Amino acid sequence: MRRALILALLAFATPVLADSNMPAAPLADVQLADARQEAAATALMETIRCLVCQGQSIADSNAELAGDMRSLIRQRIAAGERPEAIRAWLVRRYGAWVSYSPALTPVTWPLWIAPLAFLAIGVAVARTGLRRRRRR
Amino acid sequence: MSGRPILWAPLVAFILLAAFLTYGLAKPDDTNITSKMVGAAVPPFRLPPATPGMPGLASADLAAGKPHLVNIFASWCVPCAAEAPQLRAIADAGVPIVGIAVRDRPEALADFLHRYGNPYARIGSDNASQVQMALGSSGVPETFVVDGRGMIRRQTIGPINPQDVADTIAAVQAAR
Repeated sequence: MRRALILALLAFATPVLADSNMPAAPLADVQLADARQEAAATALMETIRCLVCQGQSIADSNAELAGDMRSLIRQRIAAGERPEAIRAWLVRRYGAWVSYSPALTPVTWPLWIAPLAFLAIGVAVARTGLRRRRRR
Repeated sequence: MSGRPILWAPLVAFILLAAFLTYGLAKPDDTNITSKMVGAAVPPFRLPPATPGMPGLASADLAAGKPHLVNIFASWCVPCAAEAPQLRAIADAGVPIVGIAVRDRPEALADFLHRYGNPYARIGSDNASQVQMALGSSGVPETFVVDGRGMIRRQTIGPINPQDVADTIAAVQAAR
């Protein structure tokens, strides 16, 4: 009987969500008045990774922390800070992982060189193939 | 075919790449983001009191000569409630603990402290996670060991479990 009662009560239980019930940060979802500043802020947001939903940019994420990051970026852009300085501030704290726009560093240079290397290999293969065809 | 080993190169390269990617997929995922601020000074900040009757928190409080445990938490965070008894034990051992309440309301926080105890000497209110981000923290609860000169010495991601208490006390005492 007691177990049945507990099970019945569990049907009404609601899971506790790990989210605050605070409103979003002031500039999380509010555009800046200056269109050029807003464009710069949006461009930066699209290349910053959300720390909660780690496959999304903060422009796409609904996580509260992503909203707080968007607000931080808009506040700083409105105060005249350059987008790359804000990116550097975030990378200083969370590592290069937080940026979707990889810088040219000793670790990432293969990423940048690979397409050119593959293009060079392709050209070399095509040239030898065409030469051989001409000789026939 | 056997006389032209170069022709095997693309296949070998593909197998190597596939092996590398398979290894990456099979490796267990680590979604913890460690702060790169460990070893650096606490960035300057000043937070208002998070609940009436208690002082707020500023970076100057963390560079006044005594090491601190800085606990980033919230009343809406379930693991933070589970962590409360461990923080109590650490505070009872004489370690000063200061809190940063992320996105929290004064009344909700007062209720949380009443229910789970209050090991904090100060609690600053971080309503838009600004100081949390400045410290390189990405969630609640997280705990930083800060030495007497205001340098961040250690980060703990997630709740402090009962088996971590002695180690945490030792870490703060070592951070003179």
